[in-house]
Amino acid sequence: MIAKLKAFWRIVRRLSGDDAYEQYLKHYAHYHQTDAGHECHPPLSKADFFRQWQDEKWNGIKRCC
Amino acid sequence: MNKLLKNAIWVLIAILGASAIGGIALNRGENINALWFIAAALCVYAIAYRFYATWIATTVLMVDESRATPAERLDNGRDFIPTNKWIVFGHHFAAIAGPGPLVGPTLAAQFGYLPGTLWILFGAVLGGCVQDMVTLFLSTRRNAKSLGQMARDELGPLGGTAALIGTFAIMIILIAVLGLVVVNAMKHSPWATFTVSATIPIAMIVGVYMRYIRPGQILEGSLIGVVLLLLSVAGGRVIDENEILRKAFDHEGLTLAWWVMAYGFAAAILPVWLLLAPRDYLSTYMKIGTITLLAVAIIMLQPDVKMPAITQFIDGTGPIFGGKLFPFVFITIACGAISGFHALIASGTTPKLLSNERDIRMIGYGGMLLESFVAIMAMIAATVLDPGIFFAINSSAGVVGADAAEAVAKISSWGYPVTVEQMQNLARQMGEATLFARTGGAPSLAVGMASIFGSAFGEGLLALWYHFAIMFEAIFILTTLDAGTRVGRFMLQDMLGNVWPKMGETSWTPSVVLTSALVVSSWGYFLYIGVIDPNGGVNILWPLFGIANQMLAAIALCVATGILVKSDKLKQAWITGLPLVGLIVITTTAAWQKIASDDIRIGFFSAANDLTDKLATGLLPPAKAAIAPQLIFNLHLDAWLTVFFISILWLIVFDMLRVCIRYLSGKSVLPLTESAHSTSRLVEDWVRD
Repeated sequence: MIAKLKAFWRIVRRLSGDDAYEQYLKHYAHYHQTDAGHECHPPLSKADFFRQWQDEKWNGIKRCC
Repeated sequence: MNKLLKNAIWVLIAILGASAIGGIALNRGENINALWFIAAALCVYAIAYRFYATWIATTVLMVDESRATPAERLDNGRDFIPTNKWIVFGHHFAAIAGPGPLVGPTLAAQFGYLPGTLWILFGAVLGGCVQDMVTLFLSTRRNAKSLGQMARDELGPLGGTAALIGTFAIMIILIAVLGLVVVNAMKHSPWATFTVSATIPIAMIVGVYMRYIRPGQILEGSLIGVVLLLLSVAGGRVIDENEILRKAFDHEGLTLAWWVMAYGFAAAILPVWLLLAPRDYLSTYMKIGTITLLAVAIIMLQPDVKMPAITQFIDGTGPIFGGKLFPFVFITIACGAISGFHALIASGTTPKLLSNERDIRMIGYGGMLLESFVAIMAMIAATVLDPGIFFAINSSAGVVGADAAEAVAKISSWGYPVTVEQMQNLARQMGEATLFARTGGAPSLAVGMASIFGSAFGEGLLALWYHFAIMFEAIFILTTLDAGTRVGRFMLQDMLGNVWPKMGETSWTPSVVLTSALVVSSWGYFLYIGVIDPNGGVNILWPLFGIANQMLAAIALCVATGILVKSDKLKQAWITGLPLVGLIVITTTAAWQKIASDDIRIGFFSAANDLTDKLATGLLPPAKAAIAPQLIFNLHLDAWLTVFFISILWLIVFDMLRVCIRYLSGKSVLPLTESAHSTSRLVEDWVRD
């Protein structure tokens, strides 16, 4: 039961974008540390990441009738 | 044995579905229970999903689960992210389901419950779902390209330009008609006006919270917002009961229309984080929460549908909008059955998240099935009302008369008895001054929803439920309005940038202000005319929107059919070709009638001529004579707009046929732009957590 609630909470967080920064850090750790060319910049701070993420998310047709 | 059991279950589902459809189709008695609608819908969806969608995915599209998707190949941790299929489904559904599937079925209920219901069910499984799924597939195979790009790359420059212009035009009409729906819901209703206006500062509070106070804490911010929204619904009652505050929120339609325009302009130039993004969070939660609640309430309460299966208005004399059953039921219900707009989400946006091609069936086809189900629930909420009440709320003063006694006499004479007392009672219960002539679909849907919620969760709260429902509709109409205005602004900046590159810079203030003002004045014009039109405006704007939306669907289906033929799948190209032929017939017939019909309630030109004659002979009352020149100009404009839509439609159909014929006769055509196969390396449990 608790496991199910946790899974539900994970889905809610993922859907809403609440965990977007964690996902970004995961992606960063996965790709950027093994790749010599990308080490030049440290990961963005949460506030900076969120700004860019939000602005990008709203670029283009995102909502329908 | 196991297989036998499975087959037996599907046979049972088929029998249940057929009986449910038979039941609702053949019922001519007094009432029919809403559960039959739910049963019919679920069975039709299950069978279509299990068999038709599977067949399309495996045999026609040949989805390949070993093939890496753009989300995997171009993964950048931002917009291209391989994502769990349920999450993608959630995003896709939240993006495609707007107010369209709620308004359309409500208006189409004037024909009775049957025509709309059948079109919602079969239009979706044979048309809309196929369009969404195939577009999603094609865009996934083309690095998540947009519909416009695919049209240009696969058919030619004509197709690309048509898709671009079509999208812009539909956006303008859509925003205007949705703006009109909100204005009509707020007109002389201090409670609704307060609640709807409160959504703006609430969104801003949430925006500031997420950006500066607790950056990125989306769920925290949203929770605060939802609580404030619910408080604003309750707070509206306090405003409504206070003599002085009441006046501050009691406005004419025209005043409200100017405010909506000012709001649209502000939203298009303000940064997204302040208004657009937080509002979208709130509207998405409200949408999903309320629709779930409605489904639960309908299943719990099992209300009776009181509207007859078919009304006499199939002959074209309907009070909500003029025009016969064919083609107008198919134009009125676009979203919920087939909506061209979805192709814009299914291409470009959703493919960037898709982690595996095998999920295309669930997200593309399944997402649209769920939207169709929303439309069925809207149909139920509209038809559980007494037909007399339904028509009294939805018929404009221009049709039934401005006087209450006159209106009920006229509506009762159609065979749908209703009394002034009944309407006054209902208005009092809902906390409104009057419910006569509240056109646009939102108020009658809110009354329907409030009566369902009220019966299921407590009668005493009817007024709260009503205004909750109004807030729920308004909040995502306004989201569509500001997102649409912004997209329109970007498109316009892009187009003007070809002429003067400086205009194309999306952050150059003069360009931002100019293009936003141009977009707002385009839809603002139609909104203005809609508000001053004594017949309510919805009767003109909604069919125009339907024609535009179906035109966009036809463009998407043309692209899909063209690509199927070019991929040597001529024999299966009917899966998109057949709905395309249907749409061409529907849209062309509707457009032809809107242009050429002699009936002044249908034909734009005949209405303009009629008004011109009356104005010349001095038959019009002074108030109407003053606005007649504007109405006449607008009718001509609408007629030419219809001509324009239908020309674009036929242009792209011929372009698609040209490409197909050239290909089939061995001549050169633009090559397929499908990206090369690369094998997926995603580990199952990593992405599907």
